[in-house]
Amino acid sequence: MSTPGMDVKGDGGTPLLEVRDLVVHHGQLRALDAISLRVFPGEVYAIIGANGAGKSTLLRTIAGLHHPTTGSVLFDGKDVTGLRPERRATKGIAMVPEGRRLFGSLSVEENLKVGATYARPGPWTIERVYEMFGWMRERRNQPTAQLSGGEQQTVAIGRALVANPRVLLLDELSLGLAPVIVQRIYGMLPQILATGLTVLLVEQDVSQALRVASRIQCLLEGRTTLEGRPADVTADQVEAAYFGLAGAAAADRPGEGSEA
Amino acid sequence: MAWVNAIIQGILTGGLYALFACGLSLMFGVMKVVNLAHGDLAVIGGYIAIGIVAVTHVPVLWSFVIVVPVMALLGYVLQRTVIQTALDRGVLTTLIVTLGLSLVIENGLLQFFTANTRGIGANLALVTGAFTIGSQISIGYLLLLTFGVAVAVLLGLQYFLSRSKYGRLIRAVADDKEAAQLSGADYRHVFGIAAALALGTVALGGIAYGMYVDLDPTTGTDTILLFAFAAVVIGGLGSLWGTLVGGVVLGVAQQIGAQINISDELLAGYIVFLAVLVLRPQGLLSRRAQP
Repeated sequence: MSTPGMDVKGDGGTPLLEVRDLVVHHGQLRALDAISLRVFPGEVYAIIGANGAGKSTLLRTIAGLHHPTTGSVLFDGKDVTGLRPERRATKGIAMVPEGRRLFGSLSVEENLKVGATYARPGPWTIERVYEMFGWMRERRNQPTAQLSGGEQQTVAIGRALVANPRVLLLDELSLGLAPVIVQRIYGMLPQILATGLTVLLVEQDVSQALRVASRIQCLLEGRTTLEGRPADVTADQVEAAYFGLAGAAAADRPGEGSEA
Repeated sequence: MAWVNAIIQGILTGGLYALFACGLSLMFGVMKVVNLAHGDLAVIGGYIAIGIVAVTHVPVLWSFVIVVPVMALLGYVLQRTVIQTALDRGVLTTLIVTLGLSLVIENGLLQFFTANTRGIGANLALVTGAFTIGSQISIGYLLLLTFGVAVAVLLGLQYFLSRSKYGRLIRAVADDKEAAQLSGADYRHVFGIAAALALGTVALGGIAYGMYVDLDPTTGTDTILLFAFAAVVIGGLGSLWGTLVGGVVLGVAQQIGAQINISDELLAGYIVFLAVLVLRPQGLLSRRAQP
């Protein structure tokens, strides 16, 4: 099992995307509490956590859809915290939002064309997306509402790819999709990474995240509870971080979390 | 035959009403703004035409070459400043702000141009001329031309929305402006373009109405805005061709009302408007026009 993203540049390089002490409020609620992360070029960085942990908020804040109370977002070494979402998109941060959010009254091809409107120069074109997903070319004039959930998710990914981003933010790809479809969609990741992209993804399905990620970070109620390479963390640690079982102490409890 | 004539007049008047209505419908469909100053802005377009003709002596018909771009630019600027600021505070705020804009325009026109009515090109052959079919049917050149312009405007809008880059962005932003932002589109700019289209088209309506009847500072709200509303509601909210259908239904109802009793013209139109609101609130063409 070798993931293309495994040969990560060490801590000596510059992170492509960096989040520093991010605090985000939804009204009175503190959705994110001093979150930091560094994503290096070529990585697949996975944020895991339960519902309401703040994963989507983190991704949306990086994309510019939420404004942090304090903290900053750096892209390629430059502070982008004050930039509007569309400016971040044209700089190379693309996001596949939760729930796909395709343009419902537009056809498949029109959705891709919107994605390509403000594209940076790069390897991805609508033609290349069609080459990767043959069915899409045949159904390019169909309204996206007529597609299945998995097909819609693929179009949403295509719409983000044709912008030729440097970092791709994937928010809950697996949401509402059958496991076999989820497998297929994650199966495309190596092809996408091969074009030089960096991926930051949010995933509720922990085993899926552990399979594809070169590095994971677990959130719980807006705080980081675990961080590391999938190979370096144990299932117990992940479980404790995910559910908040009093940190590492949970692993020591007799009879629990033993080898499955 | 008088009835046939009334129906023909009504259908042709529907073209004028479609020019009033299509911009109102577009702005509502794209940015959920009900622009209460829509009619007053049409009147501004008409007044600019009067001014241009008086100063430059260009033929009345060609005044639109200047008026439409000027009004489109005004639409873009208004959207990016006053209306966008209101939108950021919530859709309801736009109602109050565009009402305020309407009052400012009306009183401004009253202040600078008095309450006198002004016609555009009142003695042109085009305005007064008509051809007759048989002894009872008389079709005015101006009304026929206006109907043709309305159809051409709707075809042009449909082509722009379905084929052009900005048309696609307008539809995308109307669907999901956040997703459009993630694709790099500044929805405020796209809104501005939609507003430019809206005011460019209603300016044509203002000029046509100034030629057909005449304009005064209150024409915008007491005629143009009301007829535009009625046409949009009858035809179906957010539907481009629905504005023509709605305009035609409104026009025919008015003409039939006038045929019964000349003072029933407006009443008949509003009764149909109310009937559609009660019986078919989604309008006659219920789905949003898919180009």
